[in-house]
Amino acid sequence: MSHDMSDDKLPADTAEGHGEVAAADNPFADPGLPAHEVRRTDIDERAAKRAERHVSLLFIVSMLATVGFIASYVSIDPDKIVYIFPLGHISAMNFALGMTLGVALFCIGAGAVHWARTLMSDVEHPAERHPIEADDEVRADVIEQFKTGAGESGFGRRKMIRNTLIGSMALVPLSGVMLLRDLGPLPEKSLDSTAWSEATPAMPIQLINMNTNEPMKAEDIGIGSLTFAMPGPSALRPNGLQESDEDFQQQIAKDALMLIRIQPEDIKDAQSAALGFEGVLAYSKICTHVGCPISLYEQQTHHALCPCHQSTFDLSDGARVIFGPAGHPLPQLKISTDSLGYLVATGDFSHPVGPSFWERSE
Amino acid sequence: MSSASTSGKQAAPASTRAKPANKAEAAADYLDGRLGIYSLAKANLRKIFPDHWSFMLGEICLYTFIIIILTGVYLTLFFKPSMGEVIYNGSYAPLNGIRVSEAYASTLDISFEVRGGLLIRQIHHWAAIVFVAAMFVHMMRVFFTGAFRKPREINWVFGFLLLFLGFFDGFLGYSLPDDLLSGTGIRFMEGAILAVPLVGTYISFFLFGGQFPGTDIVPRFFTIHVLLIPGIMLGLLVAHLILVFYHKHTQWAGPGKTEKNVVGMPLMPVYMAKAGGFFFLVFGIIAAMSAIASVNPVWAYGPYRPDQVSTDAQPDWYMGFAEGLIRVMPGWEIRAWGHTLNLGVFIPLMLFPLVLAAIAAYPFIEGWITGDKREHHILDRPRNAPVRTGLGAAWISLYLVLLTGGGNDLLATHFHLSLNDITYFVRAGSFIVPVVVFFITKRWCLGLQRRDKEKVLHGRETGVIKRLPHGEFVEVHAQLPQDKLHTLTAHEQYEPLELPAEVDENGVARKVGLITKTRAKISEGMFGEGNQIPKPTAEEHKEITSGHGHH
Repeated sequence: MSHDMSDDKLPADTAEGHGEVAAADNPFADPGLPAHEVRRTDIDERAAKRAERHVSLLFIVSMLATVGFIASYVSIDPDKIVYIFPLGHISAMNFALGMTLGVALFCIGAGAVHWARTLMSDVEHPAERHPIEADDEVRADVIEQFKTGAGESGFGRRKMIRNTLIGSMALVPLSGVMLLRDLGPLPEKSLDSTAWSEATPAMPIQLINMNTNEPMKAEDIGIGSLTFAMPGPSALRPNGLQESDEDFQQQIAKDALMLIRIQPEDIKDAQSAALGFEGVLAYSKICTHVGCPISLYEQQTHHALCPCHQSTFDLSDGARVIFGPAGHPLPQLKISTDSLGYLVATGDFSHPVGPSFWERSE
Repeated sequence: MSSASTSGKQAAPASTRAKPANKAEAAADYLDGRLGIYSLAKANLRKIFPDHWSFMLGEICLYTFIIIILTGVYLTLFFKPSMGEVIYNGSYAPLNGIRVSEAYASTLDISFEVRGGLLIRQIHHWAAIVFVAAMFVHMMRVFFTGAFRKPREINWVFGFLLLFLGFFDGFLGYSLPDDLLSGTGIRFMEGAILAVPLVGTYISFFLFGGQFPGTDIVPRFFTIHVLLIPGIMLGLLVAHLILVFYHKHTQWAGPGKTEKNVVGMPLMPVYMAKAGGFFFLVFGIIAAMSAIASVNPVWAYGPYRPDQVSTDAQPDWYMGFAEGLIRVMPGWEIRAWGHTLNLGVFIPLMLFPLVLAAIAAYPFIEGWITGDKREHHILDRPRNAPVRTGLGAAWISLYLVLLTGGGNDLLATHFHLSLNDITYFVRAGSFIVPVVVFFITKRWCLGLQRRDKEKVLHGRETGVIKRLPHGEFVEVHAQLPQDKLHTLTAHEQYEPLELPAEVDENGVARKVGLITKTRAKISEGMFGEGNQIPKPTAEEHKEITSGHGHH
C-alpha cells in the first residue's frame, strides 16, 4: 500500500492556513481556518487512478445488478420459495429482485460518494452569511408602501365594510362543515341495541355456534370451555346471520357472544348466574374498552383477557374488570332453552355493547 | 398570430450576449432567456454546505419520502381501495375460498401475482418506518444542538408538523389492506373517537359512514392517505427546504467558523455527488432490507372480521407510545345525568398530541426565557446546555417508557414477566423515570463541562509519567493547541435573568409581575449557579500556564 509518497509532496510544503492570526493576549482567540490537509489521492496520481477504477467498478457492478434484476423478473417463477440461511423460507423472486435492485442503487450511491471523497476537491471555503432581517431603510420603505396601499383601500376608514367582511369570512367556512353532514347517518339509538333485541320470550333467537353453524344445547358446552356464538334465525332474519349478508361486519361487531360454562357454585355473582342457564353464561365478546374481540380465556380462574390492551374480566363475577383500561363490565345476555332444548336468547344485552360513548346511559 | 411573428424575422437580435462557445452553453442560454437560470444558479451553484455526519439525518428523511412517493404511486396502480366483498381465489392457497374485501384481495395480488409487487410493498412500508425514525432522530439532532434557535423556530414547527402528519399517514396506510391487524387498529380508533364527549358518536358515524366498520372507511382512508396528507406534507417539505436553503446550514464551532460565515464544501460538485449518491445508498439499503426482511405479512393475519383478533396485536413502532398510553391508563369512567365520560380512553387521546406538542413549543419557550433576539448559526454542544439536554433526554425516556407499555404483551411473553407488573411499572415510571433521567443527564453534562474546563486550563493527559527531583511522580499534561482551545471555549453562556430590586431608587415598591418572576425562576434553573459550569477565561488560563506550568 505504501509507495511512491515522496517527501516533497507532504502537506507542510503544499498548503498554508489562511485565517486570522490569533491575538497575542488571548489564547482562546479564533486562529482562523486551518490549513488544508491533502489526501493521498491529491498528490499521488497512482492512488488517484486506483480510486477512479474503484468508482468505475462500483458503477459497473450497478449495471450488472440491473441486468440481474431484469433477468430475475422474467425468469423466476413468482411462486417459488427458497431456503436461504439465516433468512429461512422466502420468496425467491422477492429476494432476487430486492437484492439486485438494492445492489444496483447502492453501488451508484457508493460510487458517487467515493468519487466525491477521494477525487473531488475537499478544500473548505467560507461563505458570508447575511442577516435574515432587512435593514431599517427597506423596512421603513415597505411599511410606507403598505400604509399607502391600506390607505388607498380605505379598509381602516370604512369600518362597516371591514366588519361585514370579517363576519362573512368567519361564517363562510361553515358551509364546508355542513357539507360533511352527509358523510354518514346520525347515530340515534343504533349503538344501544344489537340483533339480539329482536328476541322476545315468545319469539326467542337461537344461539348458533360460530364454528359449526349449528344451534347448541347446554350439554354441548363442557365445563371450563369457551365457545363463540352468533344470532340464529329470527322474524326479521329467517336464515340467521350469514357471512354473505351485506351488514354482516356491522352485526358481528356487536352481536358476537362468548359462552362459558362454570360450575354453578363457582359463580360469585347471583344476578349473573340468574342470567345464565345451568352455569352457561353468555357474555358479549366485544371489549368495553375500545371494542377488540376478547378471545383469551383462562379456565382455572375464569378470567378473560383482551389481547389488544389487556383488560381483564372475571367472568365468574359478572365480568367485572379486574385489570386494565376497560371502564365497565362486559354486557351479559340472558339465555334459556327452547322447547327442543337449544340455547336461546329472549332479549337484548342488559346494556350497550362495546366501547363507551357519551350518550351511553348505563 | 403566425403571420405577425414571421414579420419579426428580420429584426435585430434582442440579446447582445457573446456567441455561446458550445452546444451546452447554447442550451443554457436558451433556458436562461426563458427561466432566468443564470441568476438562480449564481447564488446556488457553489453554495457552501458544512459537513457533519449528523446533517445526513435530514437527508434520509427527504430520500425516504421520495421513495415512499415513488413506490406509493406504483402500488396505487394495482391496489383497489374498496370494501366490496369477493371470494379470494388466487395463488395463496390457505386463503382460497375465503370471503375478503377487494382491498385485501388486491393486497394479496400485489404480494403474490404482481411480479415485484411484494418488493415494492415492502419497500413502501420499510421506507415509511425509516422515514418516521429518521424524522424523529433528525428532530432530536436539531433539538440537542440548539439548531432550532432564531432564525429557525418556524422551520422547527414545519418539521414538527411533518413528523405529526407522518405518524398519521403511516397509521392510515397501515389501515388500508383491510387485514386482521389493520382492522383492529381502526377498531381502536373508533373506540377512541367514541370516547370524545358530546360529539364523539357523531364524528364516528360520519367517519365510518354509519356503524363500525361499514363499507366506506377504506376508500376514505385511501384518499386521505394518498392525496390529502401527502399533499400537505409535500408543501411543508418544500417550505422546510426553502428555509434551510435561505437560512444556510448551521455549523459546529471551530477555527475559522463564526456566526457570520458558513464553512464547507460547494454544492457543485462535492455536495451534489455526496448528497445525490446518498439517495442511492438509502434506496439501495431499503431495497435490500425489503428483499430479506418481511414487514406486515398481511396474508398471515387473514382478512378483518370484527369478532376476531390475533394476540400481540401491535401498531408500527411510532404509534407505540399512543398504544402505551391507552394500555396503562386505569379504566376511569364517569356516568352521570344519563351520559358516559370515558376518561380511560379520552385522557390518553388528549395526552398523545400534548406529549408531542410539548416539544413543538420548546423553541418559543426557550427564546422567551433567554430573551435572546440574535441570530444563531453556531451549534451548541449538548453538554453546554445541560437543562435543555436534560429535558430532551427526559422526553425521550417518557417516550420509551410508554413504548414499553405499548409492547407489554410482547415483553411479558418474551421475557417471562408478569404483564400486570409491566403495566404497574409503566404507570409509575411515566412520572418517575423522566425526572430521574433529567437529573442524571444534567449532572452528566455538567461533568463533561468540568472536564472541558480542566482540559482547557491544564491541558491534555499525555500518559507520560515524570519523576520530580524530590521523588514525586506526576503525569505530564500537554497544552492544547490554539484551535482546540478556541473550539472548547467558543460557546456562549447566558447569565440568569435578574429581577429588578424590590424597591426603586426612591424607595417605592416596584411592581414585578408573576410572569416576570416565573421567567426569572426558570432562567435561574437553566443558567444559574450549579446549572452550568462557568467556562474558563483567558485570565485563568494565563495564570495557570504562566506560573509553574503543568501539575
